[in-house]
Amino acid sequence: MESRFRSLFLISLIFLPAALYLPATQAADPVELKSGQIIQPELKRRKITLADIDTEDYEIGAFAGALSIEDFGVNSVFGARIAYHITENIFAEFSLGSSKASKTSFELLSGGLQLLTDDERDFTYYNISVGYNLLAGESFFGSRAYNSDLYIIGGIGNTNFADNDHFTWNIGVGFRFVPKDWFAIHIDVRDHVFKSELLGSSKLTHNLELTTGITFFF
Amino acid sequence: MRIILLSVLFLHAFTGNLAWAKGDYLKVIVADPFIEMHSGPASGYPVFHIVERGEKIEVLKKKTDWFKIRTRKGIEGWVHHNEMLQTLTLDGKKAIFPDTTIEGFRNRTWEIGLQSGDFEGAASITLYGSYYFTPTLSTEISVSQAIGNFSSNLLASVRLSAHPFPEWRISPFFALGVGIIDTSPKGTLVQTVDRQDTLSHVSIGTDIYLTKRFILRLEYNNFKVFTSRNDNEEVQEWKAGFAVFF
Repeated sequence: MESRFRSLFLISLIFLPAALYLPATQAADPVELKSGQIIQPELKRRKITLADIDTEDYEIGAFAGALSIEDFGVNSVFGARIAYHITENIFAEFSLGSSKASKTSFELLSGGLQLLTDDERDFTYYNISVGYNLLAGESFFGSRAYNSDLYIIGGIGNTNFADNDHFTWNIGVGFRFVPKDWFAIHIDVRDHVFKSELLGSSKLTHNLELTTGITFFF
Repeated sequence: MRIILLSVLFLHAFTGNLAWAKGDYLKVIVADPFIEMHSGPASGYPVFHIVERGEKIEVLKKKTDWFKIRTRKGIEGWVHHNEMLQTLTLDGKKAIFPDTTIEGFRNRTWEIGLQSGDFEGAASITLYGSYYFTPTLSTEISVSQAIGNFSSNLLASVRLSAHPFPEWRISPFFALGVGIIDTSPKGTLVQTVDRQDTLSHVSIGTDIYLTKRFILRLEYNNFKVFTSRNDNEEVQEWKAGFAVFF
């Protein structure tokens, strides 16, 4: 019995505000005139300024894909990115990524030998890059057109691998598919270039990355 | 039970607000012979519709320099800032859509930037944010990472900057700051320990207004690192970078 009252109470709670809204909005329209009284309708328009317009210059999201760590095989990579669109063409992006190196072919062939400990195999990077929307246009998916951009991107950052920091350049190209104003799907190819002394001599390593991701504009 | 009640009330507040916000967009009247609507927020997207003089449009949102508008018939598209300048408010006045110019640079409140340079032979990356109390005085927080051949440093500092000529396009500044520096030697070297020291620094540099929201910043820093050893260390840093302001 009690539960029945409770549900009735809840239902009334749900409908009560709706009931309150309706008469309020309907009753506002017809102005009740008393005989002999002239009412000057005073229109109060809410002042809306440019500051009230919603701006959507930021883009935030996550990505996943494959990263080829030079000498250490191809490994899965996960990350997050945030971008600020400065003009229609130029944007700045901060991204973080993490992967784990697998074994080199030498380690596999030699049996039990290990070049790096488990912790040292963590590959984490951050970078700050500037992108340029090169080809803004429409992509057709079936017969429907959606907005898309092809962009080039490059920047600097740090890669922590084998317990060492490496100053890292990155350069790449990406495709942004924008099915909704607030939502985009990315496909990115990026090369992370840094100098490494891990295998004895110092050499420039190229670590190619292929990712897909989703982002939201806000 | 209480949670259910609260959530029901919250739901009403939320949907109520949403409904209220939906109908409330800035409305302007087109005064140009016509304005062009693009399918997306960049000039590369095709023009698919025009709005003629005298028509009332709603401004839904903004992305960089592009406004998303809705016509009376409900067609939505993107219009460039320059085309919005010739619109009128509902009471017939010129609608004001301010642009970011050098005036904004002179009166900026927030600035965020990225720099790269040389930290006593090591490559450095800096991310900084500034807050301007007045056009001539600002405070700044910065985080830097310097990655050298033998060690890598992480540096955080806070400083006070004076900008004596804020009205100039090339506006010089000088600053005093304090911070901490964390030094970790590279793993391949012989056993050495991480250490953390405090530091102070003097800086001199210049902000150069480029266009829109962009600033180019050139800077020289002289750090005094107060080490636990007998001698204090002096480190010099040169760097350049870009910033945007709000």
